[in-house]
Amino acid sequence: MKAFRIIFISLILVFLYAPIAVLVGNSFNSSKYGQKWGGFTLKWYEKLLENDSLMTAFGHSLLVAVLAATTAVVVGTLMTLAIYRYRFPLKKTTSSALFILMMSPDIVLAITFLVLFMALGVSLGFWTLLLAHTTFCLPFVVITVYAQLKGFNPYLFEAAKDLCASEWQIFTRIVLPLLLPAIAASWLLSFTLSLDDVIISSFVTGPEYEVLPIRVFSMVKVGVSPEVNVLATLLLVVSTISIAIFVLLTKNKQLNKSN
Amino acid sequence: MSDKSVLLAFNNVSKRFDSSDILVDFNLDIYDGEFFTILGPSGCGKTTVLRLIAGFERTNDGVITIDGKAVNDIPAEQRPVNTVFQSYALFPHMNVEQNIAFGLKMTGVPKAEIQQRVTEALELVKLSGFEKRSPSQLSGGQKQRVAIARAVVMRPRLLLLDESLSALDHKLRQQMQMELKQMQRRLGITFVYVTHDQEEALSMSDRILVMNNGQAQQIGTPREIYEQPSNLFIARFIGEINVFDGTVIEKVNEFSYLVDIGGVSKKVRCDQRLQENDPVHVMVRPEDLRIEYLEDKPQGRSGFMGIVVERSYTGQTLDSLIDLGEGRMIQSSEFFNEDDPDFDYSIRQKVWVDWVEGWEHVIKKSAI
Repeated sequence: MKAFRIIFISLILVFLYAPIAVLVGNSFNSSKYGQKWGGFTLKWYEKLLENDSLMTAFGHSLLVAVLAATTAVVVGTLMTLAIYRYRFPLKKTTSSALFILMMSPDIVLAITFLVLFMALGVSLGFWTLLLAHTTFCLPFVVITVYAQLKGFNPYLFEAAKDLCASEWQIFTRIVLPLLLPAIAASWLLSFTLSLDDVIISSFVTGPEYEVLPIRVFSMVKVGVSPEVNVLATLLLVVSTISIAIFVLLTKNKQLNKSN
Repeated sequence: MSDKSVLLAFNNVSKRFDSSDILVDFNLDIYDGEFFTILGPSGCGKTTVLRLIAGFERTNDGVITIDGKAVNDIPAEQRPVNTVFQSYALFPHMNVEQNIAFGLKMTGVPKAEIQQRVTEALELVKLSGFEKRSPSQLSGGQKQRVAIARAVVMRPRLLLLDESLSALDHKLRQQMQMELKQMQRRLGITFVYVTHDQEEALSMSDRILVMNNGQAQQIGTPREIYEQPSNLFIARFIGEINVFDGTVIEKVNEFSYLVDIGGVSKKVRCDQRLQENDPVHVMVRPEDLRIEYLEDKPQGRSGFMGIVVERSYTGQTLDSLIDLGEGRMIQSSEFFNEDDPDFDYSIRQKVWVDWVEGWEHVIKKSAI
C-alpha cells in the first residue's frame, strides 16, 4: 500500500515536471538539437545576451509588466475599497463585471480589445498593450485585495473614525498598512500574468513593439533554438520566485487573526 | 448623582433601516456623570441607540443633543463621544501604546502630552508594562482593557460600551464589572453601557433603560426596575418571577386591595388605582416566596398548597419548581440554612406556599 502511494505520487511529479526538467536540462546542453546530452555548457546563456532582438523584446515585456501591474494595483485597490466601503449605483454590476472579465477566455478578450482599438482608430503598440494588460490584471487585484479586506474586523474603520481620524487618515494609517501584503501579492501576480501573456498581446501590439512571448513564439515556429530554452529557464525562475513571494504574503494571515 | 443636568437627549428620534422601523419617536435623557445602561434582548434597538449617539448612524427624524447642542449633522470624529467596541476593534498592525495614542495623534495633541496620557491610561486599566505588545499577544481581557484605555484617553464626555464584557468568561466579567464601575466613579465620565445581561445591568448601573421592539419600556434605578417592573415583559426579562393571575375583589385602603387568585383571597399592595373586578397580575420573585413543609392547609392563612416537582441545589440557594395544580407552576429560591431540619424537601412532597404581605408587585392586566 505504501509502495503504491509512493509510485503514484512519483508518477504525478514526473508527469508535471518532466517537461520542465527537460527544458532546463537542455538550456545547459551543448548539443544543439537536444536529442542527446552533449555535455554541460553556458554558451547558450551567452548567446542569449548577444541576441539583440530577443533582449529588446524582453525589455519591452518587463516595462509593460511593471507598468501594467502598478496601474492595475492602484486602480484595483481603490475599486476594492469603493466596493467594500461605499454604496453607489451599479455597485453589483461593477463587481460582477470584473468576474466576467476574469472568466472570459483570453481569445475572446483579445478579439474584443482588437475590435475596440480598431473602432477607435488607435494604432497598435505600447499604449494599447499596456491598456489591455492593465485590464486583464484588474480582476485578480480586486479579488486578492478584497479577500484580505473581508478578513478584517469591520469595526476597525469605525474605531478609527471614532478616534477622530479623517477619511484620508483612515486610508493612510489603517487601510493601506493592513492591505500592504495583499497589494504586494497582487502586484506580483499581475506582473507574472502580464509577462507571460501571448494571446492577448499578439492581438493588441504592432510589429514595432514586440514583447518576449510573441518573439519566442515566432522563433519556435522555425525550430526550438537553445536560446529559447535558456530564456524559458530564466522566466521560470522569475515566475517561481514571484509566485513563492505571493504565496508567502497571502499565507501570512496573522494580521487578520489578531482581532 | 450629585447634579442632574442632562448631558444627552433624544427628542422624538426615529430610525429606519430600509423599510423596517427600528426606533419610533424615541425619547431619552441621560444625565451628566451617571452610569447608564440600556438593557434589552437582541434586536430590540439598543445597539442602534448607541450607534446614533456615536454618530455611526444618522437619524431619520428627531433631534439628538449633547450638552444642549444638536449633533445630528456632526460626524462621529467630531463628537465628544468614544466607543468601546464589542469586538474591541484594536488596530492589529499597531502595538498597545500606538493603539492608545492613535486618537490623540489624530487630534494633534503634542507628543510629550500623548506620552503622559498614554501612560496614565495604561495605569488606569492596569496594563503598565504592556506598551510594546501587539494585540495578537493579548488575552481577551487584556484586549478589552486596551480598548477601554484607547477610548478613555480621549477624555470624552460620553463613553459608549457595546456589550463590552460579553466575550469574557464569567469570573473575569464580574471583575471587569467592578473595575468599570470604579473607573466611572473616578473619571466622572458618563458611561452608556449596552447589554442583554440583566445581572450586569443591575450590578453596575445608576439607571437602567429597558428596551423591547424599539421602545423604551421603563427607565429607573436597578431597584425600581427589579422590584417594580412596569409590565410583564420587564418582570420576566429581569430575572425570574412568578406571575399569578387574579381579580380585584375590593379595595381595603388607599394602596391595598383584596385580590382573588384562583379561589384564594390575598391582600396585596398596589400603587396603581384599581377598580373592582379589574384583572391583575400579582408577581412574586422566587426568593420572596415562603415555603413551609405542611401536609395540610393551615387554618386562617391564605396561601397555596403545592407539590415539589423539581429541585436543584445551586450552592447558595435551593431552587424548587412547585406545582400548584391547574397547570400553575411556580419557582422558589431559598437561601440555604444547614441547621433547619425542615429545609430539605424531597420531590413529590407537599408544601405550603405563601409570601410576606407587601413583597408582591401588582400591575393591571391591560398594562402589558
